Amino acid sequence: MNNSVVAVRFIDVERHFDEVAAVNGISLEIYEGEFFTLLGPSGSGKTTCLRMIAGFDHPTAGRIELYGRDVTGLPPYERDVHTVFQDYALFPHMTVGENVGYSLMIKKKPKPEIQKRVEEMLELVRLPGLAKRKPTQLSGGQRQRVALARSLIDQPKVLLLDEPLGALDLKLRQQMQIELKNIQKQVGITFVYVTHDQEEALTMSDRLAVFNQGRVEQVGAPTEIYENPATVFAANFVGVSNVIRDGLAQALTGSSQSFTVRPEKIALRQPDAKTSPSECFADGVIREQVYLGMYSRYIVALDLGGDLMAVEQNLGVFSPEMQAECGKRVRAVWDKAHIHMLEAGG
Amino acid sequence: MRSRFRPPFGLTLAAVAAVLFLHIPLLLIGLYAFTTEETAYTFPPPGLTTRWFLEAFQRADLWSALTLSLKVATITTLISLALGVLAAFAVHHGKFIGKEAITFLVILPIALPGIVTGIALRSALKMMSLEFSFWTIVLGHVTFCIVTIYNNVIARLRRTGFSIVEASMDLGADTFQTFRYVILPTIASALLAGGMLAFSLSFDEVIVTTFTAGQQATLPIWILAQLSRPRDRPVTNVVAFFVIIITTLPILLAYRLTRQDEEVQ
Amino acid sequence: MALSSSTFDHANARKASIGRRFSRYFHRHPRLSILLLLALPLLWLGAVYFGSLGALVLQSFFHYDSYSGHVLPQLTGENYLELLSPSNLSIVLRTTSMAVAVTLASALLAFPLAYYSVRYAKGRTKALLYLAVILPLWSSYIVRVYSWKLILAREGIISWFLAQLGMTQLLENVLKLPGIGGASLSMSMLGMWMVFVYIWLPYMILPIHAALERVPKTLLEASGDLGARPGQTFWKVTLPLALPGVVAGSIFTFSLTLGDFIIPGTIGNSSLFIGQAVLRHQGTAGNIPLAAALTVVPMAVMAVYLVIARRLGAFDAL
Repeated sequence: MNNSVVAVRFIDVERHFDEVAAVNGISLEIYEGEFFTLLGPSGSGKTTCLRMIAGFDHPTAGRIELYGRDVTGLPPYERDVHTVFQDYALFPHMTVGENVGYSLMIKKKPKPEIQKRVEEMLELVRLPGLAKRKPTQLSGGQRQRVALARSLIDQPKVLLLDEPLGALDLKLRQQMQIELKNIQKQVGITFVYVTHDQEEALTMSDRLAVFNQGRVEQVGAPTEIYENPATVFAANFVGVSNVIRDGLAQALTGSSQSFTVRPEKIALRQPDAKTSPSECFADGVIREQVYLGMYSRYIVALDLGGDLMAVEQNLGVFSPEMQAECGKRVRAVWDKAHIHMLEAGG
Repeated sequence: MRSRFRPPFGLTLAAVAAVLFLHIPLLLIGLYAFTTEETAYTFPPPGLTTRWFLEAFQRADLWSALTLSLKVATITTLISLALGVLAAFAVHHGKFIGKEAITFLVILPIALPGIVTGIALRSALKMMSLEFSFWTIVLGHVTFCIVTIYNNVIARLRRTGFSIVEASMDLGADTFQTFRYVILPTIASALLAGGMLAFSLSFDEVIVTTFTAGQQATLPIWILAQLSRPRDRPVTNVVAFFVIIITTLPILLAYRLTRQDEEVQ
Repeated sequence: MALSSSTFDHANARKASIGRRFSRYFHRHPRLSILLLLALPLLWLGAVYFGSLGALVLQSFFHYDSYSGHVLPQLTGENYLELLSPSNLSIVLRTTSMAVAVTLASALLAFPLAYYSVRYAKGRTKALLYLAVILPLWSSYIVRVYSWKLILAREGIISWFLAQLGMTQLLENVLKLPGIGGASLSMSMLGMWMVFVYIWLPYMILPIHAALERVPKTLLEASGDLGARPGQTFWKVTLPLALPGVVAGSIFTFSLTLGDFIIPGTIGNSSLFIGQAVLRHQGTAGNIPLAAALTVVPMAVMAVYLVIARRLGAFDAL
């Protein structure tokens, strides 16, 4: 991954639809060769940004640069950027082979060359020999791979992916996540990926940007964003977090500055458990308990007021007796190092 | 709304009656085309013959009416195809207010009674002192044929959606290349179906044509004139018989095409 | 992979084809492109068709000089006053009541077929029934009218059929009835009515069919679940939901009957219908203003009808 070359740059980009600002002032840099994710809830502006890179939409203010060249206003077919669409958008009247080779056909490459490249691409996405089939004869996962092959065949500078795994079921999705990441490493192209699934973002990205209502709240590597969220939104969108404010914060840390602490960092011990000076603790009663297979989620009603969420792995074999933990008194304990202070107003 | 039960007898009877009502007259024409009787009214026909077919074949006025109808229908279909496709594209891809107005305008000629269209065009042509000719007939026909193309193409465009057009452009094809490689193949069957329907409509049209034709007679006008010529009845029967055959085939084909489309989607 | 910005300029430096240059232009000017697309059809429909409609309405206010046979562009309301004369009024009334009779009969005949097709017909039968309806719809109008001339003739199939049943006298008595009778079936209001129903029937069947198809089966099941017998479900649930389809179909039967002149001319007697009156006035007489005023009548009736139909939800069933 070449850190110094900027593949895509947004400079103060805005996109307004009548009075609504879908994108409200975004500046970011995506480096060549990285897997960069735009993460956010629906309507946060991430898909609009992607479409503006592709050329299907144009900023109402600001600039977009591809490799230092201002592309604002260039039609999609003049940009060396390809898109994998959410519904795959395979041409129904063409075979798989014709679909994959489309961009080369447009460029008027000779037929033998196209055929060879198509076979190579189908090997890459692990669909060898399916060139003569029609898209309607393929499964969802297969179509998705054909769409990928089609976009990669003429080696674009940047590949855009618009929630491509949304229509697949869980197991297939997880498998495709790993495959996509491998293909990206193998091909070395910059991937810009849009998703609302934070787990997906964490799995695949080199870096990600958290979108909220047309703005970017934080940009960074997954570990960075998870462990040090900049805002409450980032803290709660990427993973779940406890947000402690004002009075409760004062009581627990001595200062009223808001902070977050991740539920998995909180251990539930006996009510009189000893704690070391590097740890914080709060006593309370288990209000709610949810069994989730790998782990259990607990909501503790604190004596000091408010709730705390804790998550514990189910290391032992879970028996029905252990399920009736509601009402039990516990001491919630966590390391002070795991407290993450929020900026004022965050 | 499918029901598992058997239908009530009365309902089946009523349904069958309606179907028979719709089709028996057409079957009768077939029968009458072969009758031996000269005034060709009597039922049941006294005998069967094919001699009227020969006589019809030799009628010059019939041939010129037929040729005119075929020419008008062909030109009308071609022009309607062009205009209908343009309108369908503009409405589907464009972003502007007044789309409903366009749809309304396209449907209006076929929604209003033929006599309104007919006399409106005729008086307008008279006001502009234009002569009635082949092109005035075509003018009238295109006006209400556009809608068959428009409806078919826009339905197809809506079913196809936008993403394959975007995908094509994304992969390097400009507007014209996208049209040639992606859009045209997709709407081809809609064009064919719409075109055949337009052809049938134009070939058969008589009300508006009465107003916009000058001295010329298209086939339907010829038949209309024949209605007051009882002695020519057998020949008219033969012509009617052929017209049914000619108009049935495109309908069946158009139906097949639109069904195939729906199944593929 | 060597990557640099110069590869972009390389792509552009290639001579762009004409198509590509036009394409870029359209991309930069989307509004103009749409305008160009729309220009031709809009010109045809807007200027030619809509324009002539406007010209027609305008002409209905002009003055017709019966001595010289010329139309003078002096605005006057005399044509509309002329419409109120007894002979013209009777024409309008006659045409309108025929339209009503045709609509009612079509609805009664169309509904069972549509209902059967939606409720009880399976796959292949259903397709065949649909075909059975659209085939007459799109086949030749004039030929279908002609076929009835043969059927209604004194020597034709209806007379023969009635003769077999010994009901010839009944037919003669019916034909003597004022208003609907006539010299023979092929020259009577009764005959006309039958032909009208025959011709417009498919226009009534299709919207009803579409409306019935849209009634979800779960609604009928819910009705039964709540205690209604099948007959009650039909009257209280199915029929009201199918009504927009009936109204939509009636738009066609009504408007088509109002304007038709061929069927009254072929099958009718000497009493005129609106269509025939229009044809007559604008023909040799050249009295376009009166013809125009007469045409405005069905246009106005249809406008009112369409407004009512829209209220009843017929437009969703089209």
